[in-house]
Formats: sequence, C-alpha cells, structure tokens
Amino acid sequence: MSGQLTIAMPKGRIFNEAADLLRRAGFDLPPEFDDSRKLIIDVEEEKFRFILAKPMDVATYVEHGVADLGIAGKDVLLEEERDVYELLDLKISGCYLAVAGLPDTKMNDVAPKIATKYPNIAAAYFREQGEQVEIIKLNGSIELAPLIGLADRIVDIVSTGRTLKENGLVEYETITTVTSRLIVNPVSYRIKDERISELIKRLNDVI
Amino acid sequence: MSRLFMFEKPLGMRDTLPELHEAKDKVRSSIEKEMKSWGFQFIETPTLEYYETIGNASAILDQQLFKLLDQQGHTLVLRPDMTAPIARVAASKLFKDQVPLRLAYSANVFRAQQREGGRPAEFEQIGGECIGDNSVSADGEMIALAISSLKKAGLEQFQLSVGHVGFVNELFVQILGNEERARELTKFLYEKNYVGYREHVKSLPLSSIDSQRLLAFLDLRGGPEVIGKASELVENGKGRAALDEMKLLWDVIEDFGASDRIKFDLTIVSHMSYYTGILFEVYAGMVGFPIGNGGRYDKLLEKFGKSTGATGFAIRLDRLLESLGDLGEPEPVTCILFSPERRKEAYQLAAQRRKDGEHVVLQDISAVRNLDACSDTFSDVVFLVGKADKEGTR
Repeated sequence: MSGQLTIAMPKGRIFNEAADLLRRAGFDLPPEFDDSRKLIIDVEEEKFRFILAKPMDVATYVEHGVADLGIAGKDVLLEEERDVYELLDLKISGCYLAVAGLPDTKMNDVAPKIATKYPNIAAAYFREQGEQVEIIKLNGSIELAPLIGLADRIVDIVSTGRTLKENGLVEYETITTVTSRLIVNPVSYRIKDERISELIKRLNDVI
Repeated sequence: MSRLFMFEKPLGMRDTLPELHEAKDKVRSSIEKEMKSWGFQFIETPTLEYYETIGNASAILDQQLFKLLDQQGHTLVLRPDMTAPIARVAASKLFKDQVPLRLAYSANVFRAQQREGGRPAEFEQIGGECIGDNSVSADGEMIALAISSLKKAGLEQFQLSVGHVGFVNELFVQILGNEERARELTKFLYEKNYVGYREHVKSLPLSSIDSQRLLAFLDLRGGPEVIGKASELVENGKGRAALDEMKLLWDVIEDFGASDRIKFDLTIVSHMSYYTGILFEVYAGMVGFPIGNGGRYDKLLEKFGKSTGATGFAIRLDRLLESLGDLGEPEPVTCILFSPERRKEAYQLAAQRRKDGEHVVLQDISAVRNLDACSDTFSDVVFLVGKADKEGTR
C-alpha cells in the first residue's frame, strides 16, 4: 500500500513508553492499542500499521524490510548487529548492561563462565578486557545462574537493580548504557524518505 | 555432527526449479540484450580465483569470502564478485592503447555461508564495467544503463540513490584536519549509526559552526537541490570538485531521460575504501535489501598493474526476481502421446511444430502410468495412438 508505514513495536517493558512518545509526537493512536492482544494493529487515519514483536526480534523485522521502522533497545542492536539505520535516540526505557555476580567472589582463573541473554555483547566485552571466558546462553532469569553455580558472572540489563539485590547479587562493571532507538530499513529510508523524515522530525521535537 | 539427510544441500545453497529457471532466463536475457545493444561485451571468468589476488582486491569483506585450499596449499576463493576478475582480465589482456573498454557478465558469485534465511551463499549477478574512462559521462552511462536494463526486465517501481564518497571525505578532512579522524567519522556512516555519528560529532572539540556543518551533512538527501545545500557546507577545494561532478552527473542523466529515477543521497558510504567517487544503490519496492549497486572504483586496476579509472554496476538477479513478484506464465508445452505404430508420424509432427517455435514433448504412451496426471501437466495434448487417421486432441 502506498504511503503506509509499518512500524515494529517491542512488546513488554518498552511498549508503553514508546506508545506514549508517539502520542506526544501528535500521532493519534487508539486507546485499545495498549492492551490489545492483536499482533497487527492498523491505524488507518495515520496510515500506520503496527506490528507487535518480541523486543529481540524488532531489528530482524526491520532488516528484512517487512517493517519500515522499528523501536529497539540499543542492547538489541549491539547484540544482533542488523543492517539497519539507527536514526534517533528516543531516550526512553533507559537502563544499562552490567556484569554482576555474587558479592566478594573472584572469577574462576581457568575458564570463567558467563551466563547471559547477550552472548555476542558478553563475548566482545570480555575479549576487549583480555579475559578468556566461556559464554552460556540463557533465555531468562539470568540471576539464577550464579546462585546455583552455573556461572561466575552474568551479563544482563539492569534498570533499577532491584532484581539483582533481591537475589543477593552485586554489580561488578557497567558495560554500556542502553536507551531505545528508532531504526529504519535502508530501502524504506530511501523509498519512503518523505514520510520517514516527517516522522523523525515530529519525534525529534518531543524527545 | 548430525547425520545428513539424502536431500540436504550445504547451507545457503539453492536449487533452481523449472518455473523459476524459466523466469530467471527471461529476465537475464532481456537485460543481456539491452546491455549488448549498448555495446557491452560479455565475458566469463573462472569460478575459483586466488585469495591473494582476487580475494584481496574485491570489495567483499574478508570474513564473507568463501575460502578453500588447492592441492599446492594456496588459498582459493569462490569469486565473491565479478568486478575484480574483470579488472584482472582487463589489466592483463583486454585494455590496450587506452581505449575505454565496456565489459559485461552474468555469473554466480559466492559469499560465506550464514545460518539465517534470505542470505544465499551463491547467487547470480548481472552487471557491466566501463574501464579506462574517467569522465562523468561514463558514470552517467552506467547509471542510465542500470535503469534501462531494469525497465527492460519489467521492473516498474524502483529508485537509485546516488552519492559521492569524494565529497564525504573532503568535507570530513576539511573540518576534522586529517584522514584518520575523517575515517573514524565515516565509519559511523558505513555502519548506518546516525545516533553514534551525532554523539561523536558532539564529543569532538569543534567550533559550533563546524559541528553544525557535520550534523547538517546527514540531511543531504533529495533532488538536485541537495547540491546547492551541500556546497554551502564546503569551503573551496576538492569537495567542490565532487559537487561539480554531481551537478554534471545530473545533467548527463537528464540527457539520458532517466533523472526521474534518481535521488541524491550524499550520506551513502557502501564500503570503507573501495569506491573513489560517484556511487549508487538501487532500491525496489517489496524487497527490503538493495537489488543492485555500483560506482567508480579508480584504485582497483592499479592492483593489477594498470593505472586507469573504472566504473560499473551489478544487479542481484535473485532480489530483482523477488521484486518483480509474479513469475509470469511459463511457456506452453504440447505433449504428443504416441504408440509404436505411429511413432514416425509423431516424430514428424513434433519436428514440424518445433520448427514453428512450439515447445513439444514426445512421450511413448506405454510408459505413462497415470494418463490424467500426465495430461494435466501439459498445456495441450495430442494423441497419436493405435491405427492411423484417428488423431484426437484434447
């Protein structure tokens, strides 16, 4: 459809802040938007189609061009290294990637194990430090790993630090700060340049 | 390693089944015909080349090369593109007396295997190279030829974005002082990371005018008016020369009658070091990846001992087919089913129809187990069965 923009939105934590940002930028999103279970939501007045994806998958949809734009955390972009334009720092959903573990422990000298949802980021980080580590990929509840002896350290997203604290873990190092970014497919960026430029301008005004 | 199934192919390799093969053939031959009519001569080069020469010279990143060893222990590559092999042939044999050379190819190229779909390790490229012509006319000709070829292939919705790496480099060096710092900033463009670009610019100790110039650079996209905006950003010198080339290019492409297909985008950096001047990417509706790209690469021939400029383009046939969408109706095929007593008659009929350009299958009816399924396979069926003068068509 000509003129329509498809935007991949991350479900979960980031979603509300992202929807809120779009509303502040003057886009008229229906109220059922927020608690719908639908995966595809058309907003005809604005000529938008939203697809609701797992945060980790947003960049994938955008790279393949089935979504023109997407809102993705910097953590996802670093981990996935997708070929997309990173156009705007939306400055929402701020958090950071950190190395954490049990207090007052040292990493195993021979083959320290790192549990994480972000194997690429973790591997790159420890390689830069000159540390040879073994990465164990987990899909959630990463905090469990050091508690039951699966790993010496974890690499994970920290927003308030409460989960770490409640599980008796402490932060050792911060890897990088993370905010949500507006990403764009390279072909859409050129073919639908006018609509995308307008969207960027409106978002830029409210960031 | 897990056991392989009988029908498995190596990762990233594809079969081309009849229907797709026919569609591919049609598209390829219409483009080839167009390129030939522009005086381009087609050549073939080996699938395997030396890593040290072609592998190093090519624009494809080292980790994307498909490498193997020969019996002497030399590292070989499955050719990752056709531009480097053509430069090799041109430099060693064909480019003589400084006469500009126009060569073309349609060939399969190879990239390292990747797990994810949509990234074949082998795919076909069609392209042309103009070697030994340093004029903007040649750059314009390659762009016009790419546009004309795509139109001949039946593609309606597409657009080319044209940039100039010479301009990017000059502007950055002018403001940042040296090549190394310019390279650092260019890397953000190459990685398409505009957030990082802006943060990097803001972190540099620059006057507010200079950092404003660098930030405004990101907006240099659009029609010919972009050149005016760009010239406000550069001081005199080489950056201006690049813009003069762009201005001239617009005129050239207008004279070709193809300017409705192009837009300028000075932020395009397709490669960190390969291209040296005007460069472009081709985008089509319905496909999320560029379907082709090209540009001027004046340093490549030097690697093969000839110092001359060159410009060219390549179109990815797989992505072009995807953007064409519907494969179109396959050619109709008639099936003549015969029994032994009328074999000769059947052969003669087939020969006659083939002469008229029809596609005809000859099939001995005694080998057909399922007659209905067999008839359904063909667009027309002729029965030459039993005694003579009882021909039936259905």
